[in-house]
Amino acid sequence: MKEVLAFYPILIDGTITTIILTVLSAILALGISFVVGLSRISKFKIVRVLAIIYLEFFRGSSALVQMFFIYFVLPMWGIYFDALTAGVIAIGCNLGAYGSEVVRGGVLAVGKEQHEASLALNYSPYKRYRYVIIPQAIPVMIPTFGNLLIELLKLTSVASLITISDLTFMAHIIRVQTALTLEPFLVILVIYFIIASILVKIVDIIAKKFSKGRNIMVAGEN
Amino acid sequence: MYWSWEVAFDVLPQLGKGVIVTIQATIVASILAYVLGLGIAILKMSKSKLLRVVLYWVTEFIRRTPILVQLYVVFYVLPDYGIFFEAFTCGVLVLGIHFSTYTAEVFRAGIDNVPKGQWEAAKSLNYNQYQTWKNVILPQAIPPMIPPLANYLITMFKETPLLAAITVVELFRAADQYSNSHYKYLEPMTLVGVFFLIVSIPSAIIAMKLEKRFKQRKI
Repeated sequence: MKEVLAFYPILIDGTITTIILTVLSAILALGISFVVGLSRISKFKIVRVLAIIYLEFFRGSSALVQMFFIYFVLPMWGIYFDALTAGVIAIGCNLGAYGSEVVRGGVLAVGKEQHEASLALNYSPYKRYRYVIIPQAIPVMIPTFGNLLIELLKLTSVASLITISDLTFMAHIIRVQTALTLEPFLVILVIYFIIASILVKIVDIIAKKFSKGRNIMVAGEN
Repeated sequence: MYWSWEVAFDVLPQLGKGVIVTIQATIVASILAYVLGLGIAILKMSKSKLLRVVLYWVTEFIRRTPILVQLYVVFYVLPDYGIFFEAFTCGVLVLGIHFSTYTAEVFRAGIDNVPKGQWEAAKSLNYNQYQTWKNVILPQAIPPMIPPLANYLITMFKETPLLAAITVVELFRAADQYSNSHYKYLEPMTLVGVFFLIVSIPSAIIAMKLEKRFKQRKI
């Protein structure tokens, strides 16, 4: 164990890379979730169809395949990404597809009378969603988004296969250098667990904050 | 770089072999996940608080850490302790155990949904534990669980490419091997993606239909 902990500088580097990868892809995934999720309930059929194609494409093919496609195949067409960017795009697009279902579900969970009330107030579609629908949908979405965030963190370990030097990658380096097997992987398992537990806690706090003073039950909170 | 049918047809036989391994891995891992998941769910309802707390943290640990790292642990660490498994066995074991923590939640929710009166009725009929589970609880609990369990089957199927990282030559690794030896990346990887789409989209639709049907039956 001592030999492994002697490698703490690269463990810290790996942790930072994992966190950067998680944060960047979470931001991308969140953006995609809202764009695709709201497109699913658009008035225009073409927008809805495009959203479904996106959803089924990224949910239906495996994340690892998407990552390899972006990193190894796209360069053949002259589209180059460095490893980190390719990882962020693949993870963000993949989780964004799952997230779009959460957004759609959340918006549909808001009562019909709320839609009608905002129509009666002559709100524009933008105002309707910005001030009436989405604020009420968010508390419903947060617990599921929390689960997806953990899935996203776990998916970042796959990015080590396209040469991103995240925690999993660093564990391999330590394994090769020290010829130890159990310890390096055990250490990073614990680090992943700690990061995930912190994320769970943060999501809990956000969920409480958003449900405060609202008469809405927080779905899935237990 | 343009699509070449020649390469596509050349790689197909290798991919075919990979497909078989992928499907085998999915089936074995899912059976393991279902059986273990049911076991965990039943143990989680145990009267012993210590057992429940330990189980909670063990399953949370498995759920909150990446499958890939768990694969490495089993693949690299077990041989050090004199336990030699084939890569395929390691992969299936890890996938099954990882997803058993998810299916356990499905089983638990399903069992919780059986009204309390049913337990009491079984008791009043003087059924023992085994009879209660087999004749009263499970037959009522299982049908609503089928759609979420089917969804996890699809999820596991999509996670099988990770087994490539521990040298299992399933579909993804078969494609990767071809790419590396022939310097053709487009066709193999595209075919793999298309295969996953062809399988998972119809199965997702079937799962959705199942969900609708079981919802109607409940009402």
